[in-house]
Amino acid sequence: MTDTKNQKLGNKIPRTSALEQDPEERSKNFQEVCLGYTPAMAQLEASRCLLCKKPKCVLGCPVRVAIPDFIKLVSEGDFIGAARKVKEANSLPAVTGRVCPQEDQCEKHCVVGLKGEPVAIGKLERFVADYERVHGKEALEKVADPTGKKIAIVGAGPAGLSAAADLAKRGHEVVIFEALHKPGGVLFYGIPEFRLPKEILEAELDYLERLGIKIKVNYVIGKIKTLDELMKEDNFDAVFIGTGAGLPYFLDIPGENLNGVYSANEFLTRVNLMHAWEFPVFDTPVHAHKIVAVVGGGNTALDAARTALRLPTVEKVKLIYRRSRDELPARIEEVEHAEAEGIEFHYLVSPVAIKGENGWTTSIQCVQMELGEPDESGRRHAHAKEDSEVFIETDAVVIALGSGVNPLISKSSSELKTDSKGHIEVADPDVNLTSKKGVFAGGDIVTGAATVISAMGAGRKAAKGIHDYVMSLTK
Amino acid sequence: MFKILEKDNLAPQVFRYVVEAPEIANKAEAGQFVIIRIDETGERIPITICDANRKSGTLTFFVQAVGKTSIEMSLMQVGDSILDVVGPLGNQSEIERFGTVVLVGGGFGIAAIHPIAQALSNTGNKTISILGARTKELILLENEMKNVSSEVRIATDDGSYGSKGFVTDILKEMIQNNVVIDRVISIGPLVMMKAVADLTRQYEIPTFASLNPIMIDGTGMCGACRVTVGNEMKFACVDGPEFDAHQVDFEGLLNRLGSYLPEEKESKERYLKETPAPCQLEPVSNI
Repeated sequence: MTDTKNQKLGNKIPRTSALEQDPEERSKNFQEVCLGYTPAMAQLEASRCLLCKKPKCVLGCPVRVAIPDFIKLVSEGDFIGAARKVKEANSLPAVTGRVCPQEDQCEKHCVVGLKGEPVAIGKLERFVADYERVHGKEALEKVADPTGKKIAIVGAGPAGLSAAADLAKRGHEVVIFEALHKPGGVLFYGIPEFRLPKEILEAELDYLERLGIKIKVNYVIGKIKTLDELMKEDNFDAVFIGTGAGLPYFLDIPGENLNGVYSANEFLTRVNLMHAWEFPVFDTPVHAHKIVAVVGGGNTALDAARTALRLPTVEKVKLIYRRSRDELPARIEEVEHAEAEGIEFHYLVSPVAIKGENGWTTSIQCVQMELGEPDESGRRHAHAKEDSEVFIETDAVVIALGSGVNPLISKSSSELKTDSKGHIEVADPDVNLTSKKGVFAGGDIVTGAATVISAMGAGRKAAKGIHDYVMSLTK
Repeated sequence: MFKILEKDNLAPQVFRYVVEAPEIANKAEAGQFVIIRIDETGERIPITICDANRKSGTLTFFVQAVGKTSIEMSLMQVGDSILDVVGPLGNQSEIERFGTVVLVGGGFGIAAIHPIAQALSNTGNKTISILGARTKELILLENEMKNVSSEVRIATDDGSYGSKGFVTDILKEMIQNNVVIDRVISIGPLVMMKAVADLTRQYEIPTFASLNPIMIDGTGMCGACRVTVGNEMKFACVDGPEFDAHQVDFEGLLNRLGSYLPEEKESKERYLKETPAPCQLEPVSNI
């Protein structure tokens, strides 16, 4: 397929759809839904790129991947070169190629997209990362000579991993401390196998370890060690905090302590991290529900709904959202996948109570909602219709309304300033420095719940700040 | 990997482990817990730290072999290793000079109350420990509790040791005999902690219970360990594990704690069928 090389076909050919598992089939298994591109498909899609001189797509990318450069390499058939080009800016391309909301970032700014479908940048990124991994030519990037500086990263999620990779490449000794028994953070416990196979995550983590990064699991900073102890006793020159989102929000309505009610975090952790779908081979169970209702409309809600659908006993999954389809915050690709798989969407209803019998959930009492004018965030305000009570039958409720913050680190360090909700405040937003000397932070612990790639962007930004900071220290 | 250095069988189905975990031991305080996972297919289970020896770098904890994981643990031997131990988690017990503190330990809960009794005694409190169990052989650590308490009282359901009846009978008698009690801490089965709370509420004696709800991550992420305390949702892993017992919704907790009993039974039966005669184990309720 070299005939498409650098042709800049733009909209002269349609966007290349990726291969997907059949909806009927996939709704019963945990294997990956999207199967990606073949090399020919990737080259064809790459030929649509106009290779803009001043690429707007790059500005839409939180980690600033050199998008036209790598796509040019794809169109030339140099897939390994393309993968390395991506990795200059993005340490986890097989992950972000799968989970980034590209339609709101790089692809949103694609010039081809002005009069048609944008270039499938995400699918190309995924393709090159997978190609490089499968073809075993994954070469390590050049790592700078050792600087003698030691950096601690707290939390092995997207922010921490991204910061760690950048710092390791600059020659620093990097140790990541992870609270759970597996690194990856939300990529492991939150995002399900059918969207991000764990094998792929593990391969990316393996790459980071080959960069020289050490990952210590089962290590809760704030409990086993304080920030001061890391810096004074263990001689870390700087610390990056990327502990992510914390305590899940509940609805604060009657009945939330009934059996069968979960936070999305619990539900997804049971299934993804603890393999509850393989109970009893794995010891952690999840109840054998027939109907599962998920409350919320974000990506986590969709992940929970589609995960529930794949559990062997579940016959029906209902997604309950207080606004309409247009306002769903989830990625459109996920919504379409969920619809194709048979998730039942209940729009314009809002729960007011969870009802149960003998301690177990039987239904959700809701009120119907109406949409008014857009509020300051641009989303249409939803308000309850009078006397509009409805009962939605279900034996499980998964609440996916986002998370607050984890208090463990800020509780253990009085110098770390937090806002009224407990998010760590950054004193210097250009480099994500906190109020405590030598301590940087980024990701959900700073911004509240956001995306994988924005956390990675924050990690990169902090890495630059940390590098400058430690290099200015005289030891 | 965390190596088991000592293991004893202190009572039927009750095992004491000493495990090498120097960094956790260096930080652990009375009232805190760890989460362990014994192998790659294992579940994460919270276990109260019963002793942390900073010098030897070891943690002591107790396991009651009632479910699949705990039975599996009971078959592990000195020299074997536990895959994951994470901690110390939760808040430490409030240790101050309160005056007279009554520590109520029920069955397996006695092991958890021991370090708290020790810390309170070392701080100059008068500590009266009331220990209870179904029968004599389930009264754990009697001598150890005597060493760290000003006074030890014992009750057994069947009257085989100490007075016949419940720990609350002894506590009630003390209150009625005008023993001045400044604080009560109870650890044991939920029904016992609820009974203690119901009793002391009438006399307005500050009372704390250490809760052990279903937990997965134990670090404030999953929300499985939520419990209603004074009409507010609290998370035992980061807000607890000790709470004002007068405010705890024990009924709700009891309901949630029993929710996985069918799955636990399935898991255990499958394990026992596949494992050639591990040991003779009798069913014991763990709530």
